Amino acid sequence: MTTDKSMTAEEVVGRLESGMTLGIGGWGSRRKPMALVRALLRSDVTDLTVVSYGGPDVGLLAAAGKIRKLVAAFVTLDSVPLEPHFRAARENGRLELTELDEAMFLWGLTAAAQRLPFMPVRAGLGSDVMRVNPALRTVTSPYGDGEELVAAPALRLDAALVHLNRADVRGNGQYLGPDPYFDDLFCEAADAAYVSCERIVDSADLLKADGPQTLLVKRPFVNGVVETPNGAHFTSCAPDYGRDEPFQRAYAKAARDPEEWRAFTERFLSGDEDNYQAAVAAWTKEAAVAAFTKEAGA
Amino acid sequence: MSDGVTTAATRAEYCVVACAEVWRDAGEVLASPMGTVPAIGARLARLTFSPELLLTDGEALLLGDVPASGSGAVVEGWLPYRQHLALAATGRRHIMMGASQIDRHGNQNISCIGDWSRPSRQLLGVRGAPVNTLNHPTSYWVPRHSRRVFVERVDMVSGVGYDRAAAAGPAATRYHRIPEVVSDLGVFDFATPDRTMRLRSVHPGVTVGQVTEATGFALTVPDEVPCTREPTPDELRLIREVLDPEGLREREVPA
Repeated sequence: MTTDKSMTAEEVVGRLESGMTLGIGGWGSRRKPMALVRALLRSDVTDLTVVSYGGPDVGLLAAAGKIRKLVAAFVTLDSVPLEPHFRAARENGRLELTELDEAMFLWGLTAAAQRLPFMPVRAGLGSDVMRVNPALRTVTSPYGDGEELVAAPALRLDAALVHLNRADVRGNGQYLGPDPYFDDLFCEAADAAYVSCERIVDSADLLKADGPQTLLVKRPFVNGVVETPNGAHFTSCAPDYGRDEPFQRAYAKAARDPEEWRAFTERFLSGDEDNYQAAVAAWTKEAAVAAFTKEAGA
Repeated sequence: MSDGVTTAATRAEYCVVACAEVWRDAGEVLASPMGTVPAIGARLARLTFSPELLLTDGEALLLGDVPASGSGAVVEGWLPYRQHLALAATGRRHIMMGASQIDRHGNQNISCIGDWSRPSRQLLGVRGAPVNTLNHPTSYWVPRHSRRVFVERVDMVSGVGYDRAAAAGPAATRYHRIPEVVSDLGVFDFATPDRTMRLRSVHPGVTVGQVTEATGFALTVPDEVPCTREPTPDELRLIREVLDPEGLREREVPA
């Protein structure tokens, strides 16, 4: 028997509520569930606690004022080191932050997935991560070493959003690039998880793409599957496509100026996902023509 | 021998060699260089005196040979981010990180400038600096040595220095080590009784006065400060012809 969990991005967002703790998969500007984030931007859902290896997902949600609190070790666009919207939100004091070390974050997600209250880690001792997050605690080893370690708290999530290369309608998700990031952990740490993918395929066809070790996300941890071609744009989704560097640069430039950001929002984020993809295609064509004209004129 | 090899080493090339030296005798560990000059340095070390080093492509692959910056390579292993973080805790790694600020005890900041609760300038966040510094050797690279970087007190301790590790107890000091800091002016270490920063060498053309002037805290300066060693002709050839024919190093450290 097959349970068909396929749904639209709007249906996913319809299951989210304001005030939720939301985990977002991917890493920096890599394989982010951007189509789901864009659907979130179109909704009334707000006041979120976002848990993310932060990239433009955090930037867009922060710009829209939807993040009450962020749990992260960094926010970056990779090829553009600093995320402008995140920077602005922090420098304007508009974002509450739980700043963790990357390993504390990993083991916090793992603790949540394993239904443990914390995991002991060495990372964090002596650093200001402990000073700026006074709720963080240490734990003392009951064994002979008696080491006092950081108790990285479980990062339990109300919901997780991740984007993968392929999935079947039952919720088995497959990555085909070089790095799984932490998407399986995000799904296992969440009460409900939603997988968007480049293409929904028959279960029988999953292994035609690559070996069984690429089957990252297992269906008991998935509540909804959304087919969103180019749905990680403008972040990378190897091997289906790389990062759209020109578009990311345009995003980062627009994000630094309120007037330009209004124009960017108007052009790319005021319609639905089809409108977004069409606007990006038109922009890419214009940019190519402009580059050609410039070269021809030089 | 080509013409390039006969010309004197540039400042950037002294920096490359000084960074490479960080990984001398490191053994069979992952070299994780952040920045262009350290990346060239790590590859130079692997091609010369530290052939056992592991190198990545900057993403999820371990390289089985040593290509020029950005070109393809033989792959000898897989190291996605999750394994990277787990590897840090095994200790089999020596990273060279950047530093927006660093103090005399080796505390480093890449998180933000100003008051953390509302920073005047938000930077990357602490990233993996806490896990790195507590688990394996962590060196630093500063391409523009100035009082803005070498400060009396960092605004947010991301990478843990010797004083903070000592205060946090045995679990923090157990694997904590900051072998070296390399800047565009010289090489520094913490080989002093109180584990504060010491000038180990100046790059040729740099005076000790220039270094102390550009440093915002009292640096330990030995009576005799040697010059950073000369690159060998073979090292210069590898840097110029094999590892960085595009001269990216000169952009990070202008002559």
